[in-house]
Amino acid sequence: MTEELVITCIVCPMGCRIRVLKKDGEVIAVKGYSCPRGREYAVQEATRPLRVLMTVIPCINGDLPVVSVKTSKPIPRDKLLEVSRYLASVSVEAPVEIGDVIVENILGLGADIVATRPCKRVKN
Amino acid sequence: MIYDSVIIGGGPAGLAAAVKLAEKGYEPVIIESRDRLGGIPLQCIHPGFGLHLFREDLTGPEYIYRFIDRIEELGVKYVLEAYVEDIVNYSMISKKVRITSPKGVEVVEGKTLIYAAGARERTRYEIGLPGPNAAGIYTAGEAQTMMDMYGVMPGKRVLILGSGDVGLIMARRFVLEDAEVVGVVEILNYPSGLVRNIVQCLQDYGIPLYLQHTVKEIRARNGRVSEAVITRVDENFKPIPGSEFTVEIDALILAVGLRPRVKLLKKLGVRIDPRSHGPVVNDWLETMDAPGLFVAGNALMINDYADYASMQGYWAAESAIEYIENKGLPSTRWRRVVPGENTRLVVPQYLSGLRDAWLYLRVSTPLENARLVIPGLGREIPLIHALPSLQLRLMLRREEIQNAGEELVVEALER
Ligand SMILES: Cc1cc2nc3c(=O)[nH]c(=O)nc-3n(C[C@H](O)[C@H](O)[C@H](O)COP(=O)(O)OP(=O)(O)OC[C@H]3O[C@@H](n4cnc5c(N)ncnc54)[C@H](O)[C@@H]3O)c2cc1C
Ligand code: SF4
Repeated sequence: MTEELVITCIVCPMGCRIRVLKKDGEVIAVKGYSCPRGREYAVQEATRPLRVLMTVIPCINGDLPVVSVKTSKPIPRDKLLEVSRYLASVSVEAPVEIGDVIVENILGLGADIVATRPCKRVKN
Repeated sequence: MIYDSVIIGGGPAGLAAAVKLAEKGYEPVIIESRDRLGGIPLQCIHPGFGLHLFREDLTGPEYIYRFIDRIEELGVKYVLEAYVEDIVNYSMISKKVRITSPKGVEVVEGKTLIYAAGARERTRYEIGLPGPNAAGIYTAGEAQTMMDMYGVMPGKRVLILGSGDVGLIMARRFVLEDAEVVGVVEILNYPSGLVRNIVQCLQDYGIPLYLQHTVKEIRARNGRVSEAVITRVDENFKPIPGSEFTVEIDALILAVGLRPRVKLLKKLGVRIDPRSHGPVVNDWLETMDAPGLFVAGNALMINDYADYASMQGYWAAESAIEYIENKGLPSTRWRRVVPGENTRLVVPQYLSGLRDAWLYLRVSTPLENARLVIPGLGREIPLIHALPSLQLRLMLRREEIQNAGEELVVEALER
């Protein structure tokens, strides 16, 4: 089975439209890129698109009610919503510093959930 | 106490200015109206910050805490929940501002002023959006503050008006919080945001983008927005009869642009450039009308990157130091920068020829394979892909400016 994917390159503002031809899940041809970085990106997107997830989680006794977090590295795009939903039930106790690991190896994806904003402890 | 500089606003521009002044041994004070330092990046939890300044891809809070931590290390003074109401009593050597804070009203004095109060969001009234005054209508910044600072969801079925990066980023935020985004509506025939955001914020989640459409009317039920009427528009942005359709929503997010906050500057008699909507400045980022008043960041012009706002903060601080040391900046023959063909805005508006200067500019229409030309300097730069929504900048050398005439036209020409 062959399929053709049209991918808009995001590596630079040119936004080249790159066509990736796949046969039985293997990339067999790439057309329409203007530079090697674009080709690399298109192949990645066509086989295993990755994204960093950003969200907020409740911070108990913090100076703000929530703290912002992200995945420590990109995770498969089709796992974004699953991770986001999982995090809806996670909270943390203040104080929190930037870089603190909140969840290790989230859903076994090999990425940690780390804080991106500090949250000071306030007495309550 | 007379500070070396009173800095109005504690965002990327103001904090960078304060860090530079303190590192060089000067004593600034920051006046910030919110209950914490940081400005807009505090609430921008997505990456895309720091690429120009730190060569790293940081989230907004990670970016701004590099400055906040430095401010604390250096022991820079700041006042929070303090709103600058007025710039009173202005002279060459002393500038006084009146601030209101929980402690009451007080006057703070500085040898120079760095105005870095950022931008305000355009409202539904500025775009003439008819309909009842209902709950559930928020600017993008308001929605972002609710969600990402306070953890409160503005709605569960939202429509976003405006396809700039701000609107696109908000669309993704809502989806990841399990809300439904019924669409992003854009009056132009192309999206204003970066390709990266079109792909990662809309296409990833199958959110429809309605180009050449606008919201014609909103309807409310029980005091909350319940429906939006979307219509196609023609080339003159006039609604096309018969093209309307209605979507059910419980929140409308307005991401229809930012404007430099210039009320205080206007009151002081500072001229405002109708193109940038910010003050008219020279290449010290000093306003042409009030010596020793420097402007940086989104108060000067809308910046796509916090990095640029911070760089303008450094620039304003260096100028303030020169002003303090020499009791004023040298007078000179000014070269006026004139936006020519296809050029929406250029800042700064005046060049001295006494220093190198960055020119920040935007084109006025999408251009492919064009070139940016400054005939007065013989400069020509290729523009492969230019959009009004992409901020451009280029460095001009002091020597080339010195040889220029009274007027320097900057234009973007198709090949
Ligand atoms: C939704 C959104 C997404 C963005 N995404 C990115 C991105 O991915 N990457 C990037 O690099 N940039 C991004 N930006 C742009 C960036 O946030 C701005 O360029 C930058 O914040 C401008 O800095 P500033 O210091 O001029 O203004 P601000 O950050 O607005 O700071 C101004 C400060 O002044 C204070 N103030 C205002 N008036 C007064 C007064 N009268 N008295 C006292 N204090 C006052 C305000 O409270 C505020 O803290 C984004 C912007 C938005 C809105
Ligand atoms: S293929 Fe190369 S030139 Fe084209 S958008 Fe991607 S990075 Fe830019």
